[in-house]
Amino acid sequence: MDSNALFNCLSDLSCIVTQTSTGLISGALLFLVAAGLTLIFGVLGVINFGHGSLYMLGAYVGLSAYRFTDSFTIATIAASIGVGLFGLVFERLIMRRVYNADVLMQLLVCYALILILDDAVKIIWGAEFQSMGMPEYFQAPPLFIGGGIVPVFYLFLIIAAFLIALVLWYVLTRTHIGKVVRAAAHNPTMTSVLGLNTNWIYAGVFAFGGALAGLAGALAAPVRSMSPGMGFSILIESFIVTVIGGMGSVSGALVGALLIGLVRSFGSIGFPLFVEGIMFIAMALILVLKPSGLLGKEPRP
Amino acid sequence: MKNISFKKELLIAALCLAILIAIPFFTSSRVTLDFVIRLASYGIFATSLNILVGYGGMVSFGHALFFGGGAYAFGLLMQKSGTSIPVAMLGAILFCAAIGLVVGAICVRLKEIYFSFLTLAFQMLFYSIIVTWSALTGGDQGLTGGIPRTPFWGINLGDTTHMYWFASVVGILCLLLMRYILQSPFGYTLRMVRDNADRARFLGVDVWRVKLYAFILSACFAGVSGVIMAIFVSGAFPDFTYWTMSGEAVFMIMMGGLNAFIGPVVGAALLMLFNDVISRNTEYHGLALGIIVLIFALGFKKGITDFIQQAYRLVTKKGVQS
Repeated sequence: MDSNALFNCLSDLSCIVTQTSTGLISGALLFLVAAGLTLIFGVLGVINFGHGSLYMLGAYVGLSAYRFTDSFTIATIAASIGVGLFGLVFERLIMRRVYNADVLMQLLVCYALILILDDAVKIIWGAEFQSMGMPEYFQAPPLFIGGGIVPVFYLFLIIAAFLIALVLWYVLTRTHIGKVVRAAAHNPTMTSVLGLNTNWIYAGVFAFGGALAGLAGALAAPVRSMSPGMGFSILIESFIVTVIGGMGSVSGALVGALLIGLVRSFGSIGFPLFVEGIMFIAMALILVLKPSGLLGKEPRP
Repeated sequence: MKNISFKKELLIAALCLAILIAIPFFTSSRVTLDFVIRLASYGIFATSLNILVGYGGMVSFGHALFFGGGAYAFGLLMQKSGTSIPVAMLGAILFCAAIGLVVGAICVRLKEIYFSFLTLAFQMLFYSIIVTWSALTGGDQGLTGGIPRTPFWGINLGDTTHMYWFASVVGILCLLLMRYILQSPFGYTLRMVRDNADRARFLGVDVWRVKLYAFILSACFAGVSGVIMAIFVSGAFPDFTYWTMSGEAVFMIMMGGLNAFIGPVVGAALLMLFNDVISRNTEYHGLALGIIVLIFALGFKKGITDFIQQAYRLVTKKGVQS
């Protein structure tokens, strides 16, 4: 516990800026993963325990695409499409068989997915730590805001995540697709009676959630080191985010992710050993006081 | 009625124990003895989880918290305070009960999938505490330096045969105790809560309390399994509390079958055999295990003992009580 360091940082604008920017990029990445998790839960009613592995897969696919084409744009696109397709296949072949089974089977299937993907990554990309390096067009001198250093890539990440959040919000609330998805989440039987193929809605949502996780993995690749098993810690964090924000609520995921990101970056100055503890206490408090989360709706009947 | 039927179980337990105790007189194969010692640990661990999963309908995915908790508490007590093994063991069980009380009080009120994820999250919190607090726990390296195996009551656990007998006796005793608890009125209340919580509440059962007691009991037994493992490997390692350990336990239950009391022990034995074969033949342990899990979860959809019960029912043409 070093509250002096935290106090010193809070009284110094440059430190505030630096910590806020690192907090915001963790939050941005966390949001992309958590948004997929929460969407899948909201529509399909299952928690995809393997979601972190999809993030990992995205990072590695992005790495390969980047090394092959030398373009970060192509790398992110390849990662989101590739992982999205993987999610689609996984959902159609395996996940759909356990929607009506009990939680035990859902857990086991996801457990198997994590084991298999971790080893597959080991076989294809090797077990050692890897890093992508900063893409060329982000190798500009960092910005100085109020004396704090903010790398250009950080700014890009934050803006990209906010744009995606905006697009998600628009698609879910203002378009026909969004209406269909919300209908399927609200009452799947009625939706299928109205002639909509809920199977494909489920598959589509799962694939989309996977694509978001893959995109997050590729976007994280320049600033995070990669190793098999890297998906598990982000899975736990994005779960905490979805609980705090409210299961099934995308805007809740955004609020929760930014909150956790900031707590993490400022907490690492003041009480590095206790950051995880704070997150858990926050989650436990939410679960006891308001189980539906900050922005979540009451659970569906 | 209950007491009469329990006599049968006492008899079976005594018979199993007699066979297990006799084994070292016929074979001195280290592999067999080691297998039984590890089976005692994993068997208790899986059965304790089944109190929650099979009898309570609460699918915990963070049960390794108590396996590791027991192992670390025991190891630290032995290393730092130098008490005798039984006292340290009791301390480890009390530690698990305390953690179980806190975690359980928060978790058991939650719906199934929330419950699974929250138990997983608490376990990972414990894991990260173990890894970061390296001054006390040795961090990544684990609790090394050996746990002193001070002889007590004429038992020297440094000796493999003594360790084997100790593990067998503790294993059978714990299984018997769990069986007794699950066949008691409390065990049947737990089943009722699993099947219809609303009706149980209507009948005046305090659902939250029943679930919490089951959670704490299950934590205590998992602690014992961790203690056996800690004595056996003479240390405690972060892997004990890692999520894969919980995953394996869940799979042991599923593979063995959660409807028969002995199912988890059968599953534990099978998974240990699988693991031995897999790690002897390939370095990609996760890949092979993942495929086996998928085969069981999507193909068979049932555990081994479920198939045996089915066959038994076909042969005798009568129902079997679980």
